[in-house]
Amino acid sequence: MAIPFSYVVRNLGVRKVTTALTASGLALVVYVFATVLMLDEGLRQTLVDTGSRDNAVVIRRGAETEVQSVVDRMQADVVESQPEVALGPSGERLISKETVVLISLNKRASAKPSNVIIRGVGPQALTLRPQVRLVEGRMFRPGSSEIIAGRAIGQRFAGAGIGETLRFGMRDWTVVGYFDAGHSGFNSEIWGDADQLIQAFRRNAYSSVIFRLTDPDALDAVKASLESDPRLTVELKRESTFYAEQSEQLSAFIRYLGLTLSVIFSSGATIGAMITMYASVANRTGEIGTLRALGFRRASILWAFLLESLLLGLLGGMLGVALASLMQWVSFSTTNFQTFSELAFSFSLTARIVVESLIFSLIMGLAGGFLPAFRAARLKIVDSLRAAQ
Amino acid sequence: MYLLKLIFRNAFRHKLRTALTVLGIVIAVLAFGLLQTVIDAWYAGVEASSSARLITRNAISLVFPLPITYEDKIRRVPGVRTVSRSNWFGGIYIDKRNFFAQFAADAQPFFELYPEYRLRPEQMKAFMLDRKGCVVGRKLAQTYGWKLGDTIPLRGTIFPGNWEFVIRGIYEGAEAKTDESQFIFHWEYLNEYIKKTSPRRANQVGIYLVGIADSDRAAEISREIDAIFRNSLAETLTETEKAFALGFVSMVEAIVAAIRIVSFVIIVIIMAVMANTMAMSARERTAEYATLKALGFGPAYVQALIYGESLLICLCGGALGILATFPLVGGFGAAMVKLFPVFQFSWNTLAMQVGAVLVMAIVAAVVPALRASRVRIAQGLRAIG
Repeated sequence: MAIPFSYVVRNLGVRKVTTALTASGLALVVYVFATVLMLDEGLRQTLVDTGSRDNAVVIRRGAETEVQSVVDRMQADVVESQPEVALGPSGERLISKETVVLISLNKRASAKPSNVIIRGVGPQALTLRPQVRLVEGRMFRPGSSEIIAGRAIGQRFAGAGIGETLRFGMRDWTVVGYFDAGHSGFNSEIWGDADQLIQAFRRNAYSSVIFRLTDPDALDAVKASLESDPRLTVELKRESTFYAEQSEQLSAFIRYLGLTLSVIFSSGATIGAMITMYASVANRTGEIGTLRALGFRRASILWAFLLESLLLGLLGGMLGVALASLMQWVSFSTTNFQTFSELAFSFSLTARIVVESLIFSLIMGLAGGFLPAFRAARLKIVDSLRAAQ
Repeated sequence: MYLLKLIFRNAFRHKLRTALTVLGIVIAVLAFGLLQTVIDAWYAGVEASSSARLITRNAISLVFPLPITYEDKIRRVPGVRTVSRSNWFGGIYIDKRNFFAQFAADAQPFFELYPEYRLRPEQMKAFMLDRKGCVVGRKLAQTYGWKLGDTIPLRGTIFPGNWEFVIRGIYEGAEAKTDESQFIFHWEYLNEYIKKTSPRRANQVGIYLVGIADSDRAAEISREIDAIFRNSLAETLTETEKAFALGFVSMVEAIVAAIRIVSFVIIVIIMAVMANTMAMSARERTAEYATLKALGFGPAYVQALIYGESLLICLCGGALGILATFPLVGGFGAAMVKLFPVFQFSWNTLAMQVGAVLVMAIVAAVVPALRASRVRIAQGLRAIG
């Protein structure tokens, strides 16, 4: 016969301070664990939203990023002439020849510099990236020194707000609008007219070419034909793959660091749970004897104490997840060292993370409670009844 | 004396509980020490910087180069002693994961500017004589098992092609904080190659390393250099090496801040565990404290007992934790040498560990000590643990 659940719950309630301290230790560990998973998830969502399966990116062979890449005009024209480039409603080719550079801007809050991507785009850029929407001001006029900024960049960096100007390439560039690009990495960019930017930077080539595929599955065909073309020194990637690869290292870094910390921290909190549970067993030696004398089996005692410990873990887990859920309102931005540029993303809480965090807290409860529960179950009736006196 | 004995006996009355608590503190102190050392490692470049070196780069960003003609103009600025070109190469050694910094530099002035990179004269000579030669740091050579005379293949990402360099020298750092994981080769070799493959990108320099005679005049000289190139196609930004290095750290400041916060979280977690241990012990001993009071000991004595016990447990854990930090940092540093070329346990970190342990001991004892000192004798004697 099982020991009533209310007995287990009330035991936790008897020693409120101890329960609260132990649960809060567990909660902090779960908080760190959940926060790291949320950050990694936020980064993943940013990347998923940045790249589209329907688009292909062309960069110079061997270049890791668009900034390192050079695709000259002749090569860009060859790419444009491929039959796999989709056509728009009025027959225009859905392709954007882009130039991507980094400029160093100072943060408004700390005046510390960080590298921001400036992307010179072609007329079809917005068609190719439907997630980018203009939310304030207006679009830049082609052929002018006007630029638009991702809202996050405009708010965080000096000189990138609407109406402000940035000076580079011996010209003043006026910010005329903000765009919002959902969760995507484009939010961390500034856009302008590709041909104007190429001139300003005294370049004669583009950095990359992006085009819509007639059919997402046509990628392999066009990849084979472009990469074997002797006139070209380019490689082709699906846009979604391209962006996923660019943050592989950052994602791996966050995950490894976070999980290592969670494991170390959880051992600390598990020890806390173990101390509490040992004390719980010691304080109730007499009660355990009584329960056994009443006919409850060893297994029931074991289960009752394990359940108490699991409940303690769950309490900590729920507290931790509640704490972590507040992080959804915090945004996180750092330099992605693969692209050497600023990338903003958010903490994103999913049902999966909630479940994983709660399972993690239950495991800590189980690990902390197992030995004490085992000790409780092994007590002999006579000894434990005598110990109560 | 008697008080000390009592404290000692009390602390080890529940052997298992005390052992577990001490273990928890050891984990916290270790984790805290390791995380603080990780933060220090980010700042290693800042620590190793010299106030006698300035760095001139393109004002737009590091991605844009500067013309080679700037070198003479910078050299003519009063107060400037040495100028060396330097280009970030960004090559890949076999696999993307094998990351280390590679620079094309003007060898002679470069080693004058960095006297802390100690290179034997005969190796320096061999390096100067070999156009395709390179000099690598001791730790870098160790990591990949390189020896003098080895040929190192690199795949260029910024400068396309398959490059090969021959190790002609292995430098050693003058101090522990010196970065021993650099890879330096001749700027001329890079430039010749670019002249052939993409002539438009030739004769360009990533950054100029500028040595100045008087470090007090750093700000003034920086302004003068930048003034020369104002309103030109490539405006410059000159700053001290320290400011330059801090710029890199500030790029990932969110991550550094997160690690810093998390390092304090583990202290708070174990503080909760420690406070729990003290609260349980004090509650169990309510009757004893009442007895002591009945015997005539004052509330201060009872408080001293509890604070002393808390301090004793924390110091045991703290001492073990700090002792264990040394081998852990050594092992971790060896394993992560690719990510953190300089990984050192500092006195500052040790002091912070000691501080954290003391704070933990006091915070854990405050409430139980207050309660025990206030307990009334009759009530306390009635209490059953």
